[in-house]
Amino acid sequence: MNRQLYSPLIFELSQPGRRGCRIPDNHLPLADDFLAANLLRGEAVNLPEVDEPTLVRHYNNQSTNNFGVDSGFYPLGSCTMKYNPKINEEMAADRRFAALHPCQPDSTVQGALELYYDLQSALSEIGGMAEFTLNPYAGAHGELTGLMIIRAYHNSRGDLKRTRVIIPDSAHGTNPASAAVAGLEVVSVKSYPDGTVDVEALAELLDDTIAAVMMTNPNTLGIFEHNIPRIAKLVHDAGALLYYDGANLNPMLGVARPGDMGFDVMHINLHKTFSTPHGGGGPGAGPVGVRKGLEQFLPNPRVEKLADGSFRRVDNPESMGRISSSLGNYAVAIRALSYILTMGCDGLAAAGRLAILNANYIKERLKDLYLLPIEGICMHEFVFDGLRDKSTGVTTLNVAKRLLDHGYHAPTIYFPLLFHESLMIEPTETESLNIIDNFIDVMRNIAIEASNDPETVKSAPHNTPISHPDDTAAALKPVVTFDQLQRNDS
Amino acid sequence: MEKIYYTPTHEYLRVVENDEAYVGITDYAQHALGNVVYVDMPEVGDEFSEGDDFGAIESVKAASDLIIPASGEVIEVNEALTDNPRLINENAMEAWIIKIKLTDPAELDSLMDLDAYNQYVESEQ
Amino acid sequence: MAHPYLPHTDADIEKMLGVCGLKSLDDLLSVIPGELRLSRPYKLPEAMSEPEVRRFFESLARKCQPLTCFAGNGFYDHWTPSAILSLIARSEFLTAYTPYQPEISQGTLQYIFEYQTIMSRLTGLPISNASLYDGATATAEAALMMVASARKKNRVLISATVNKAVREVVATYCKYHGASLTEVAEADGVTSRQAISAELAKGDVAGVIVATPNRYGIVEDYTGLADEVHAVKALLAVNCVASTLAILKTPGQWGADIAVGDAQSLGMPLSFGGPYLGFMTATSALMRKIPGRIVGATTDANGQRSFVLTLQAREQHIRREKATSNICSNQGLMALFAAAYTSLVGEKGLQEINRQGAAAVRALVGRLEATGKFSKAFPTRPFLNEVALKTSVNIDELLQRLADNDILGGVKIADDMLLVAATEMQSADDIDRYAAIAAQL
Repeated sequence: MNRQLYSPLIFELSQPGRRGCRIPDNHLPLADDFLAANLLRGEAVNLPEVDEPTLVRHYNNQSTNNFGVDSGFYPLGSCTMKYNPKINEEMAADRRFAALHPCQPDSTVQGALELYYDLQSALSEIGGMAEFTLNPYAGAHGELTGLMIIRAYHNSRGDLKRTRVIIPDSAHGTNPASAAVAGLEVVSVKSYPDGTVDVEALAELLDDTIAAVMMTNPNTLGIFEHNIPRIAKLVHDAGALLYYDGANLNPMLGVARPGDMGFDVMHINLHKTFSTPHGGGGPGAGPVGVRKGLEQFLPNPRVEKLADGSFRRVDNPESMGRISSSLGNYAVAIRALSYILTMGCDGLAAAGRLAILNANYIKERLKDLYLLPIEGICMHEFVFDGLRDKSTGVTTLNVAKRLLDHGYHAPTIYFPLLFHESLMIEPTETESLNIIDNFIDVMRNIAIEASNDPETVKSAPHNTPISHPDDTAAALKPVVTFDQLQRNDS
Repeated sequence: MEKIYYTPTHEYLRVVENDEAYVGITDYAQHALGNVVYVDMPEVGDEFSEGDDFGAIESVKAASDLIIPASGEVIEVNEALTDNPRLINENAMEAWIIKIKLTDPAELDSLMDLDAYNQYVESEQ
Repeated sequence: MAHPYLPHTDADIEKMLGVCGLKSLDDLLSVIPGELRLSRPYKLPEAMSEPEVRRFFESLARKCQPLTCFAGNGFYDHWTPSAILSLIARSEFLTAYTPYQPEISQGTLQYIFEYQTIMSRLTGLPISNASLYDGATATAEAALMMVASARKKNRVLISATVNKAVREVVATYCKYHGASLTEVAEADGVTSRQAISAELAKGDVAGVIVATPNRYGIVEDYTGLADEVHAVKALLAVNCVASTLAILKTPGQWGADIAVGDAQSLGMPLSFGGPYLGFMTATSALMRKIPGRIVGATTDANGQRSFVLTLQAREQHIRREKATSNICSNQGLMALFAAAYTSLVGEKGLQEINRQGAAAVRALVGRLEATGKFSKAFPTRPFLNEVALKTSVNIDELLQRLADNDILGGVKIADDMLLVAATEMQSADDIDRYAAIAAQL
């Protein structure tokens, strides 16, 4: 496509006097001075003025400079970029859900509350938990909510000295960040050479100041933490709770449940495991589940089913508090329930195993050219420590950028921090063998190219709409609005 | 008489006179960080104890806390870094971040000298 | 039977297992201790076909009653232009991840840059992040940001006139984070300036949060407040409703350091609570303190204008527990919504929308006052499109009677106080129906 024609910003397309939307006129009177002048902005906002066709072309053309799951394979480790089914969108668009105001009386939103209840029940069954809240807006928000629930639990017992949380060194960076926001001090626990949590080191750290241990299972290396029953016992014996980061829940579908592993509190990323679209970074949803005995600490409001089969929203005095304006990203919840129904118990059970199969197949077929630091069966993802042949200086970043030239999104790179050249691949279950074989061929060709023609790999990407944007200049003197950009240009 | 001390977290402390000293990051540290894009600096008059964070330094893809090698009060901050943090990449030893008045010069004894620091860096690699 | 989203045939599975040196899918699970493995199917329905899924949701949708909406309380019923629904459904936008790879994410990055510019202009402050979850969490992030910026001071003031749900979310964040939060009293529907002054005089305040329009719909006058707050080296954050900024004095004009709020009012469907869009803009001095993603402009190797995620070194994936926030995402697609909405509606359109709402709520209030059972709770206070009414009627009964006639009559905010709002969506006829029912009680 012709980027020169379509690369302007919306502000550069603006022409005074154009309108893209007609506002209804209800012919109701309004005095000119209905608000005093000192309360008015008194100057133009300077919003763009465009007609509808111009606007639609502008954004349509912008979209063609984007890559989504519908464009191609996204082997992005720990992000579970599975296919987003279209029926989910149609169910969420129904006006009878989309037009509901959050302050409507319960009697007028019974179906919406029932839907919330149905999804929380399904997630409880899948997670092995007693109850879920759908109120948190994202995975990180779920972590924060879960940690606050844990603090509310300890506080309710008068156990106020538990202000630290243990997190494995392989954890997602969000875990320590969420802990810090929740007012908890972070203690890092190391891993065994096989990538799982060092149980002896963990036992040493557990004392009566520990509020929780946060883990993900399988962990960020894609390895199942097989010592989890022992860990759960140690944690519980020390009076702490065990938190499950649901970022890696996908391979556990139909395979194992966090509740059965001994976890007390967990969150789920609906935009990962339950196929709701990532939307270029959001909106997602991060429902939080708790085991029996912790339900009263869930955030307000909760949705409760009454004996007569009706539903109502309730605030609970023992709750950790309110975490969102109302019931979370409700339209995302509709999509997730639609997915669960479409997959069914059988489809969900197959999904976990096929996600594991796809990952292992790719790993086995690439490990002669890419360095596999930890052998063995992986779960939904695995990590290479860069190329085996490092003699030409081609890095993980170079390989990632070269993949873009071949129509693939890059894997997750330089995470986890346990290796210098981490390259983390998660294929998900929705990729066919044809796509996966093609991806493997491309990865193999890049490895060979890295040895024979390293400069081509190092200077990648070559076929993308832009190439090598200057990150340093962007961070040195940040330009975050068009107005700043114009000032700098003039 | 100038004497330079080093920390395991890759700060240096260069004593000038009257218990005054410049604090910055070592050449090894600037190299590890890459292009520095921002230095978060304290204000003149702030007091820190040995081991406190006194600020942070950011490159495009990394960030690191700045740890004060010895206790002291900030008497000057290097304003030139506000406009051009890359001075640190150009010459880390010249591009000091803060100047402090030491409150307990005896603390310097526990820091490394250049030989010890070089050995330390080698052992880290 | 083959599942529509699972492409694997039996032959594929056999071939792939062979490469892995395994015989069955369950061999992949050998690394999981047997006692942890799920030995039964989930207690969930069997897979449904699309018509069956539709029937399921139809049965729930029938138990929902969309109403002609005279409720606000932070969320307003505005028209969503059809073009926007079509654009946000573009799967290149919808199914993309966070734009970590700028070479193949210019679409997302460019609309976020446009969004940041528009929010900066609306709020009158020079910088914006790429959005936050909702207005309540954005306000909570502002509280934590003010405490972090102050280094040594740990107390935040919040006016009692800030929306109740927003105050509750801020209180939750502050409670667990360990920041001290003081609610400042209101007087005749507005923030008590004496109470603020008294708290500021104690010298330990990191920041102040106020709102306009406030929880009663009152447009508050914050003349002089910013100077008073800045005199004690504290920061001022103003919570506001995005659409109203087309005509109301902006947080920037009031001298605020931070503007936060919800941008749902920019035509986003009410969706029973979300997704909405939290926004945050600030002064340039706070550029590196602001939480969340930020998109910056730069150039690529060919000198083309390009956009990238910038200032990432502040974020959780690098700074871990030292990050400015734990937030990893934004409300990406809703930022596109806001950019497209404000561009379609434009300067004059957004002013008209505000005027239509102001006219409609005044018409409704006039009719309700004429029944003799309603009066303005704060008669001398200025308001835009929302106002609190005192009433002698039983509000629960009124709201139920109105709901029976497909009208959402407002939000009960006290036993004798009803908050009513209007937008361009309620006609004179709707107002007549509301008033007629209210008159009968």
